Amino acid sequence: MRNKFLFRISVLVLAILFVTPLLADNHESILDKVKNRGKLVCGVHGGLPGFGFLGEDGKWSGFDADFGRAIAAAVLGDPSKVEFVPLNAAERFTALQTGEIDVLIRNTTWTLSRDAELSTDFAPPTFYDGQGFMVPKSLNIESITELAGASIGVTAGSTTELNLTDTMRSLGLEFNSISYADIDTLYNSYDAGRVDVVTSDKSQLVARRKDLKNPDDHVILDATISKEPLGPLTIHGDNEWNDAVSWVVYATFFAEEHNITQENVKTFKTENPEIKRFLGESGEMGKKLGLPKDWAKQIIISVGNYGEIFERHLTPIGLPRGVNKPWTQGGLLYSMPFR
Amino acid sequence: MMEDNSPKVISDKIPFYRDVRFLKVFFQILFIIGIILLAGFLYSNMLNGLSRQGIELNLTFLNSEAGFELSEGIDFEPSETFLKAFWVGIVNTLKVSILGIFSATAIGFFFGIARLSSNWLIRQIASVYVECFRNIPLVLQIVFWYAIMLVLPVVRESISFFDSIFINVRGVYLPALEGTAGLILWLWYLLSGIIIAIIVVLGLAAFRYFFQSRELHATSRPSFISNIIFGAKWVAAPTFLIIAIVGWFLTPEVPFELSRPEFRGFNFVGGMNFSPEFTALLIGLAVYTSAFIAEVVRSGIQAVVKGQREAARSVGLKESQVLRLVVVPQAIPVIVPPLTSQYLNLAKNSSLAIFIGFPDLFQVGEIMMSQTGQSIPIFAMIMVSYLIMSLTTSAFMNWYNHRITRIGRSR
Repeated sequence: MRNKFLFRISVLVLAILFVTPLLADNHESILDKVKNRGKLVCGVHGGLPGFGFLGEDGKWSGFDADFGRAIAAAVLGDPSKVEFVPLNAAERFTALQTGEIDVLIRNTTWTLSRDAELSTDFAPPTFYDGQGFMVPKSLNIESITELAGASIGVTAGSTTELNLTDTMRSLGLEFNSISYADIDTLYNSYDAGRVDVVTSDKSQLVARRKDLKNPDDHVILDATISKEPLGPLTIHGDNEWNDAVSWVVYATFFAEEHNITQENVKTFKTENPEIKRFLGESGEMGKKLGLPKDWAKQIIISVGNYGEIFERHLTPIGLPRGVNKPWTQGGLLYSMPFR
Repeated sequence: MMEDNSPKVISDKIPFYRDVRFLKVFFQILFIIGIILLAGFLYSNMLNGLSRQGIELNLTFLNSEAGFELSEGIDFEPSETFLKAFWVGIVNTLKVSILGIFSATAIGFFFGIARLSSNWLIRQIASVYVECFRNIPLVLQIVFWYAIMLVLPVVRESISFFDSIFINVRGVYLPALEGTAGLILWLWYLLSGIIIAIIVVLGLAAFRYFFQSRELHATSRPSFISNIIFGAKWVAAPTFLIIAIVGWFLTPEVPFELSRPEFRGFNFVGGMNFSPEFTALLIGLAVYTSAFIAEVVRSGIQAVVKGQREAARSVGLKESQVLRLVVVPQAIPVIVPPLTSQYLNLAKNSSLAIFIGFPDLFQVGEIMMSQTGQSIPIFAMIMVSYLIMSLTTSAFMNWYNHRITRIGRSR
């Protein structure tokens, strides 16, 4: 009796062991997972004012955080159904690969290697940035070539770390770089004079300069050494999900192109067929993406168009719009047609 | 087992599936198969998950160009490979761990003995030290030491001693001896000096053994080994010294020169530099672990029976001699096993370097993961590296423990 029981158990265990890997292959899109869960899990920066940081009221705020809310509004119809997960530069991709987060919106640069090798897919950039240098005014430095021999602080595991090395090598300059995994440690040690220079995306330098002991004693050099297109990322191979995230971004561009704002979206009257499709009044744009009919409208109701998001978070910290304006005004923001 | 008690005659009749001898083996085999299947399942599940995400498991990325700079460690260029970068990380971890182990042991022994001092003040100071540092999380301590490093004066206002030692927010700069072009030549002189000394000593020992000592009585005849020691002391060492000194002056350039830190451009150049990251990590690890070692030492000393101390005192030994000759030798075998665990903890805790930007094994690994996306192989490499380090340490300590306990017994 007893060993029969044992025999059955062993057979069962073996069966489970052999069958489970086959079942594991059967995967569903993250889009469905988010819908079933009723909540979006979004990886953000956590320590970058203007982009993603935890406010004093315990709420996540910032440009990147609002794009997370826009996705939640489009998929679930409610911008508050987001859980934000703060990640550092080195751990962000692992979090995405392991499915710990659904989408990563953490000023991450789109590069060939990351697109091809890292098993991630990029959605359109939400912010076109470039890498710059911040130095104390007292050093009287005006160009990068004067940085020979300097100690330079940089975020560990970032593209800026690689760009810095490339630039200094091509200029033939000796330097000493110190990589910090934690952004607060980086700026603290810059403030203390541990490093002479700090290099990062210019938007980050502007955002963090405000928090230094004497913001006016520091200057951001004019030179821009790289292109840093920053945007949301999804896991490689989940096309449905990547499409949904991409079109959320386009929707914010499109609304700005056509002056659809948080205020007027509910009452927006138009005969323009494309705008009608955008607002879900005709066509089946939402269905094609696996989203509700009024998905784009929900985005604008909850966070507004691109310009509004920008003015809410980035204008206050002193970032000019630069190339981050609609193509109709000579910028780089270009929505694909809603057709 | 119950079946063992029954007579053998009956055991022939019971079916094999009730035979305890068979069942014992059967279940062991079943268990091993289970383990293998479980491991296989986990592995294949991982491969499945990875292939679904388009990640291939291989190590070819290790040979591609790293492209990032590391702030300290053995020479490393951004154009070198990821593998080299990883090696720099390993060396940095070893450096901080080994220095940490030595300093923690020294501080720990000091405070451990101080806790048993007959002086009330010393005893109290030692207890406060131990209780403070072992009860505050290590991360906080390391970040605290780093914060202290960062409030040191900036480079241009360095604290200087004799114009050769400088302390500032970039760390501690000390003068160092640097080899010059003459160093290689001088090392050749030294090598030949060693060879000549060995030949002379062997020749001398053989000569004394065969000729001079023949007249002596067999029992008082010095052994070959003692002849060698005699030769090494009186002939080889002077020979070697003379060659070293003469060689020093014979080389066209002096082999070493004193390199002093000098302020140039942004930083001090030359000399030896302990970075604030390294210093903060080293102090943090040494102080934290020393508090635990102090307790280990105290318990070891208290494990020596009181009678031993009293006996030692009664034969007229001084208090320091009691400790050195009687108590400590008996306490060591009790101290070593828990001390080993503390050493292992220290080496593993060095991975907290990531909080202050010291490029140790773990931080370099993290950077590599972010730059290549190969989390799993890199994590495996990190784990294997720590495992090898820990196993080596504990093998050495076990050997040492075995040796001292054996000596203890033979006494």
